Amino acid sequence: MAYDYSPYLRNEKFPHIWCPGCTYGIVLKAIIRGLEKSGISKDDTAIVSGIGCASRLPGYVDFNTLHTAHGRAIAFATGIKMVKPEKNVLVITGDGDATAIGGNHFIHACRRNIDITVIIFNNFIYGMTGGQYSPTTPTGAFATTMPYGNVDPHFDINELSKGSGATFVARGTAYHAAALDRLVVEAINHKGLSVLEIINACPTTYGRRNKFKNPTDMLLWMKDHYVPLSAYQKLPPEKAEGKYPTGILFRIEKPEYSEVYYEMVKRVRSREKGGR
Amino acid sequence: MAKTIRLLQGNEACSEGALYAGCTFFAGYPITPSTEVAEVLAVKLPLIGGAFMQMEDEIAAMAAIIGASLAGSKSLTATSGPGFSLKQENIGFAAIAEVPCVIVNVMRGGPSTGVPTGPGQSDIMQCRWGTHGDHPIITLTPASVQEIFTETVRAFNLSEKYRNPVIIAFDEIVGHMREKIEIPEPGELEIIDRTKPNVAPEEYFPYDSSKGDIPPMANFFEGYRYHVTGLNHDMTGFPVNACELIHVEEERLMRKIDANRDDIIKYEEFMLDDAEVAIFAYGACGRSAKEAVETARENGMKIGLFRPLTIWPFPDREIEALAGRVKSIVVPELSLGQIILEVERTSKGKTRVEGIFRVDGDPINPGQILDMVKEVI
Repeated sequence: MAYDYSPYLRNEKFPHIWCPGCTYGIVLKAIIRGLEKSGISKDDTAIVSGIGCASRLPGYVDFNTLHTAHGRAIAFATGIKMVKPEKNVLVITGDGDATAIGGNHFIHACRRNIDITVIIFNNFIYGMTGGQYSPTTPTGAFATTMPYGNVDPHFDINELSKGSGATFVARGTAYHAAALDRLVVEAINHKGLSVLEIINACPTTYGRRNKFKNPTDMLLWMKDHYVPLSAYQKLPPEKAEGKYPTGILFRIEKPEYSEVYYEMVKRVRSREKGGR
Repeated sequence: MAKTIRLLQGNEACSEGALYAGCTFFAGYPITPSTEVAEVLAVKLPLIGGAFMQMEDEIAAMAAIIGASLAGSKSLTATSGPGFSLKQENIGFAAIAEVPCVIVNVMRGGPSTGVPTGPGQSDIMQCRWGTHGDHPIITLTPASVQEIFTETVRAFNLSEKYRNPVIIAFDEIVGHMREKIEIPEPGELEIIDRTKPNVAPEEYFPYDSSKGDIPPMANFFEGYRYHVTGLNHDMTGFPVNACELIHVEEERLMRKIDANRDDIIKYEEFMLDDAEVAIFAYGACGRSAKEAVETARENGMKIGLFRPLTIWPFPDREIEALAGRVKSIVVPELSLGQIILEVERTSKGKTRVEGIFRVDGDPINPGQILDMVKEVI
């Protein structure tokens, strides 16, 4: 029987605004399956986003949803989590939103290891604004603001997250959609800052300028270039070149921020009452 | 908190006022001369089970207090000059999304880094027009440590009542001054909380103004599951592109403050009844002006003071009436002329308006004001 997404959608908000060939719909469905599998109620979940194509996602889902200013989703989400630490807080963000204008918030949320799940829709481009390059646009790729090929070095979200202190880092792709919901569940269940990067296709503003003849080509590119971590680790160096691992890339346990904060609160309050 | 007499700094009184009003969340970024507001709350919020966060920047701090407010907490941030500039985009977000929150701006000189340890009043137009777009705002301007306490409580009340960001703007002099203050007993000052919906979740629309310009507000995680956005939206909270609706909703936002101006606007009139010359001054300038009035009266000059405690919305009707009955209005301010523009605008040519401006980091003293008064009387 086909999976019924409708209980999690604001069905009256469809059709969505995403372009034909965009993979965000595929990812939206995976996130819904993941949220259902996580077993956390809709009332106990807040989904926060910034600005951009991915950031329009919260409008389509039936949760407590907050669509904020460009780059600021994680900072808004931090306020929510700090006053309601027992609730489930997700951030949906794009590559530009998370790593350019919101880069500071991103690295500091990782550093704190606050229990928020950050799902980054990485399509290597500013889609909604019309195809300008982002911090993840591959060097050499074309964008409206890099008409002669991108000369900027690009961010590796996996390394950026780990280096900043995130305790869960995973990567999936829109092509490998069947595996995505499990990554969503793992990311939500992880206590601490989880980063889930999802590689996406933007045929309209990225593919068109970068020799992808149609949306399918972009999906096939993902199929060819992204391999599960276990397989990736077995590749000889010459075959690993240009390929990227998927799955849970990094996971450690470290004290979670809001828990540490409220333990401190408990400690000082008991001391105030004469305890030690 | 029993009624207590204390010797407090203005910034400390601000923190005490916030706690009295029920604030349980503070997010900020250190900046002179506002820092003590954060430092006191870093000590006190944990003691009441609240949360204090020093964020990575001013923008994050403003964002975090909006998030915390949506999740049900009364929340505060405090900043000065450049930090206030950084917060502007998200202040606009709080205005359009109608999220209650309080922003303290302990004003210093500017532009840019300006005079970090000197007083200023040159953010007063930024309080009103700092962010883009048309939006409602409330700004309070206390002039003493006691007033900072009570006005901070009032700021939270107005914010909750009108679902709007409220700014408390006071200059460095008042922020760092130490004075005797009486902290009222709990219950002595009225505390207002946001109006919650009394309808079932499926019947709730977060921006439904059919029963009034200020719709009831559900907090996140209370079963209402609504959508909040910085885009122009309809009563459901979802974005709209219908020109007509955007215009109507923008007007409602402005109206919810403008139509309630009598409830929001507060001011002190000092010896104005028979005054021939009025001084319009707030904050530290208001204190100097009061002394100038007293000295002038001792010398037989009919001088009075209009001291606004709410500067946005501007007390336009009151100033027009005042302008109709005095020979001139003198406006001392710690800028090169900002709020004088509003006094000129609202006095509608009915009187002469003269400014005393100073931006060197020193206060305008009573003598300077008296000199000008003697010129215009």
